Amino acid sequence: MSAIEIRHLTKRFEAEEHTLTALDDVNLSIASGTVYGIIGMSGAGKSTLVRSINFLEKPSEGQVLIDGVDLSSLTAKQLRKERSRIGMIFQGFNLLEQKNVIDNVCFPMRLAGIKKKEAYAKARELLKTVALEEKEKEYPSRLSGGQKQRVAIARALATDPKILLCDEATSALDPQTAGSILRLLKEINEKLKLTIVIITHQMNVVTEICERVAIVENGKLVEEGPVECIFEAPQTDAARELISGTKEAYMPLEKAENGTPVRIVFRENSSFEPLIANTILKFGTPINILKADTRNVNGKAKGEMILGLPGDKEKREAIIRYFRERGLTVTEVRDYV
Amino acid sequence: MFDQKTIQMLLEGIGDTLYMTLISTAVAYVLGLPAGILLSVSGKEGLHPNRIIHGSLGFLCNIIRSVPFLILLILLIPFTRALVGKSYGSTATIVPLVICAAPYVARVVEAALNEVDPGVIEAAKAMGADNLQIVTKVMLVEARTALLSGATITTGILLGYSAMSGTVGGGGLGDIAVRYGYYRWETGIMVVTVLLLILIFQLIQNLGMMIVRKLDHRKRQG
Repeated sequence: MSAIEIRHLTKRFEAEEHTLTALDDVNLSIASGTVYGIIGMSGAGKSTLVRSINFLEKPSEGQVLIDGVDLSSLTAKQLRKERSRIGMIFQGFNLLEQKNVIDNVCFPMRLAGIKKKEAYAKARELLKTVALEEKEKEYPSRLSGGQKQRVAIARALATDPKILLCDEATSALDPQTAGSILRLLKEINEKLKLTIVIITHQMNVVTEICERVAIVENGKLVEEGPVECIFEAPQTDAARELISGTKEAYMPLEKAENGTPVRIVFRENSSFEPLIANTILKFGTPINILKADTRNVNGKAKGEMILGLPGDKEKREAIIRYFRERGLTVTEVRDYV
Repeated sequence: MFDQKTIQMLLEGIGDTLYMTLISTAVAYVLGLPAGILLSVSGKEGLHPNRIIHGSLGFLCNIIRSVPFLILLILLIPFTRALVGKSYGSTATIVPLVICAAPYVARVVEAALNEVDPGVIEAAKAMGADNLQIVTKVMLVEARTALLSGATITTGILLGYSAMSGTVGGGGLGDIAVRYGYYRWETGIMVVTVLLLILIFQLIQNLGMMIVRKLDHRKRQG
C-alpha cells in the first residue's frame, strides 16, 4: 500500500473577486519507505501540495489518503493525532526561539503528553542522530542554519513519524550544508524506513537523494517517474528547464532542424570510453562541446553534455546513431545560448 | 528640610502610589490578557477568525480607550462607589485605573501575539497541537518578551494616571502634590513628589527592561 495517495486533489483560494487555482486535479502515489521529490518553480503550487498531505491546507476537491485512511474522514482530534505521525521541516526552520535546543526537540512529545523525563531521554538520543548532542542547552539564535535544520529534523522525528515532509528544507542553506542535510535525510530514510517527501525548486536536491520525482507546473502535475528516467529524457519543458536551470528547451530529435545542438546523457558504464574523442576520430569531423557536467543522480554518476554537431545531415544522423548504440540518451536542444 | 510628619506623609504617599499602580496593573492584566488573546485569536489572520467577536471586542476597547482618563474617573464614580463603598482614596482609584488600562492591555497583548512568527505556529499545527496548546505553549511563550515590555510600559502609564487621580482625591503622591503644591502653594513638597514619581518610574522601567533582556533568547548574547 502506498504511504501517501493523492486523488484528484484540487485547491482553490478565494481572493476578492477572483479565484486562484493553486492545485488542479493532482494524482500522486508515494510508496512507503521511498524518498520522493516534488519539484517546481516558485508559485507552481508545490508548497500547497505538501501542506495538503497533512491537511494544513484542506483540499477544495479530492482526497488525501495516508496509509489508506482518507484524512477528510477524520474528526479534528483524529486529524491532530494523525498529524503528529507526519513530521515536517521547513525552509525557515521554525524553531521556538525562546526555547533551547533540547526543549525544542521535546516540544512535540510534551504536546502529546509524554512525561518530561522520558521526553528528555528520547530527545538526547535524537540529538545524537543529528550530531548535535553538544548543543542541547543552546538557544536557536546561537546556531547556524544547518544546525537549526538538524534540530528541526530531530524535533520532527520525536513523535516517531512514518512520513517526513520537507518544505524547501535546504533552500536557505549554502550548498555544502545543504548537502550534509540531504545526506542526513537519506541516512534517516534508510535507518528508520521513513517515507520522505521533499519539496524543492532545485533539481540537484532531487538528483541527490530522491528515487522518484513529480514535476509540478502551474498547479498541475506534468511529469512523474524515476529520477533517472526524467533526468535522462525529460518529456516536458518544465522538466527540461528544471534540469538545465535555464530557459533552454530540449526537443525530440525528429522535430529538430539541422545544426541545433544535442544533449547527451552518459550512463555510468559509458563514461569509461573516451567517447567524444572516438567520435571525432571515427567521423573525421570536429565536435563543439558547449557544456559538460557530471551529476550524482540517486547515487549514480551521470554525465551530461551539450554538443554542437556538424551541419551535414547524413554525418549528423550517423553520429547520433553512434551515440545511441553506445547507450547514450540523445535529445535536441533548441535555443541554446 | 521637612518635619517628621511630612516625611511620614510622603512615605505613605509612596506606598499608596505603588499599591495603586501595581494592583491596578495586575487586575488590568487579569482582564486584559484574556481579552488580548481573544482579539488575536479571532483576528483575520488568527487561529480561529471570528469577525463578530473580534469586531465587538475591538469596538469596546476603542470606546473605553477614547474616553480621557480624567473624565472616565468622574464617569465611573457611581460604579466605584457601588463596588468599593466609596469614591475617594487609593482602593477606590484602582477601579477606574483598571477600567482604563484593561482595554489598553488587551491591545498591547494582541499586538505582541500577532508578532509571533506564523511559521512557528504552522510548525506546531503540523505537530498536531490544538489551538489551546498553540496559545499557551507557543504564542504566549514566544511573545513573552514583547508581553513583558508591554507590561512595563503599562505600569509606567498607570503610575502617571494614579498621580492624575490625585485631583479628585485619589490618594498617593499625586494627591499630595495637588493638595500641598497646588492648593497650598508649598512648592517644596510638590517638587519632592515629582522627584519621587520620576524615581519610581525609572525603577519600574529599568527593572522591567532588565527582566526582558534576561528572558529574551532571540538575540545573540556575549
